[in-house]
Amino acid sequence: MPKAGIGTAPGRASARPGRAGRPTARRTIGSAHAFLYLAPAALIYVGFAIWPALHTAGLSLFEWDGILPPVWVGLENYAEVFTKPLLLKSLGNSFVLILFFSVIPIILGLIMAGLLMGYARRGLTFFRVVYFLPQVLPMVVVGITWRWMYSEDGTLNQGLRLIGLDSITRVWLGDFSFALIALGFVGTWCLAGLCMMLFLAGAQHIDTSLYEAAKLDGAGPFRRFLSVTLPGIRGEVTIASVICTIAALTSFDLVYMTTDGGPANQTVIPGLLVYRLAFKDGEIGTAAALAVTLTVLVILVIGAIRRVAKERE
Amino acid sequence: MKPSPAVDTARTVVLIIFAAAVLLPFASVILSALHPAGSAVGGLALPPQLAFENFATAWEKGRFSQLMGSSLLVALCVVPLTIAFSTLAGFALAVLRPRGSRWISVAFILGLTLPTELVVVALYYNLSAMGLVNTHVGVILAEIALFLPFGVYWMQTHFASLPRELVESARIDGARDLIVLLKILLPISGPALTTIAVLFFMWSWNQFLLIIVLIQDPSRRTAPAGLGYFVGEHSTDVPLLAAASILVTIPIVIVYLVFQRSFVSGITQGAIKG
Repeated sequence: MPKAGIGTAPGRASARPGRAGRPTARRTIGSAHAFLYLAPAALIYVGFAIWPALHTAGLSLFEWDGILPPVWVGLENYAEVFTKPLLLKSLGNSFVLILFFSVIPIILGLIMAGLLMGYARRGLTFFRVVYFLPQVLPMVVVGITWRWMYSEDGTLNQGLRLIGLDSITRVWLGDFSFALIALGFVGTWCLAGLCMMLFLAGAQHIDTSLYEAAKLDGAGPFRRFLSVTLPGIRGEVTIASVICTIAALTSFDLVYMTTDGGPANQTVIPGLLVYRLAFKDGEIGTAAALAVTLTVLVILVIGAIRRVAKERE
Repeated sequence: MKPSPAVDTARTVVLIIFAAAVLLPFASVILSALHPAGSAVGGLALPPQLAFENFATAWEKGRFSQLMGSSLLVALCVVPLTIAFSTLAGFALAVLRPRGSRWISVAFILGLTLPTELVVVALYYNLSAMGLVNTHVGVILAEIALFLPFGVYWMQTHFASLPRELVESARIDGARDLIVLLKILLPISGPALTTIAVLFFMWSWNQFLLIIVLIQDPSRRTAPAGLGYFVGEHSTDVPLLAAASILVTIPIVIVYLVFQRSFVSGITQGAIKG
């Protein structure tokens, strides 16, 4: 760490004329000095996150196997991303996962938060701890657990047999039409509790007089939830959609541990293909182009969510 | 707004069903870890006798002393360093506010949207050129870089929320920047620091993609990444696999149970799972 703050602090005594008409004598002193505080964070962030990110973007314009000199191909790799069925499919699958990782958990989270509001404090802590638990586990463990839950003689099939639904039992993650949905449901299981937690936290900041006023107007609990709670936690719903959507788009660990993209590439997602192309197939340019596309997708979706949230205000 | 007893009971029943749905997979894993090694476990089933030796076997066969050691080493470097750098930068951006600090804040916030997938492709070759592939140092630097955007944002917001008079009166008393930070601001920042410490520990412990790319040697990987490898080797021995999964999970669950309040406030304020 640099020895920040030791020795003379430049510019401390000389109050610099306030910029932009603000009397900032004390606020803008020691500019050079302040950069010493910023330096460690800035250097590591730029060196090990920003630079590799830009470098990846650069690599997306080359064809490269990691060994021979890279060959400039311009936007060809991007053309591949948007024309190769496998790569397109991974992007499509991401949108299916957004439904299960984001939309459904938010709806469930709203229901659970609605039920939990005003609950006795003791019980509240218990349910909060339990519902949030999946969120803190390593995704690897979540993957192993669910792979097993979904297996031939796993808990899910066991339950189905118990209630006489033997006919629909199957190896869920090996099933052509159900594998992606089964993965999506794992996301629902992980994230519904997180959403609930966010909504409960948001609801605590709502002015209780609003509830009393609504009650005086004859609103029942359900009505009060719709017209007081829901508008009050709009910000938290936005945060939840952003977090969950990012989780859906970057769910590499889960897919890698459960299906590895199978069966017959039914569950491929961009992250998995980036890993495969770059570190297994030696197609680094294509991997980089897909990674950039994924990033743009993340930014676009977040931007869209924020815009919708703002418009509603 | 006290609901009627009937409504209250119905509500509790629904909440318990939800809780059971969350806990069912855990019950499944714990029960199977207690089955005799190598036995075929189907779904939820009580073990014939409790086979605790699975944990010892898994620990041994999975070389978990090494893996847990790596995980702890990485976390114990990443957590304090990221907090130190975030604190210094957050202090500079919220209190010292040098020229251009707004742009620097924006640059850090942009990092919140960078997926690991984007960074890791070139990072592997960058670290490789520096001789840092297959080393813990490489992983530590990469994790610090990935967690810093949130840390800086968090500390900046925290410092900005403290009353300015604290800083100003200390200045009038002649305190230098570093003294202001160490003696005035940090002592009242306990909760904020605990929260990011807990989040960083969780993110570091659970990191997967970064590890399997940057560390090829299975024995130097961290626990979750090592577990991924273990699965490949022992995929048929369900009790052993379940025991190994539980071993990897225990540390993070303990941290969670102790600090669950900090988790909530951290994630509530816009954390993005790393």
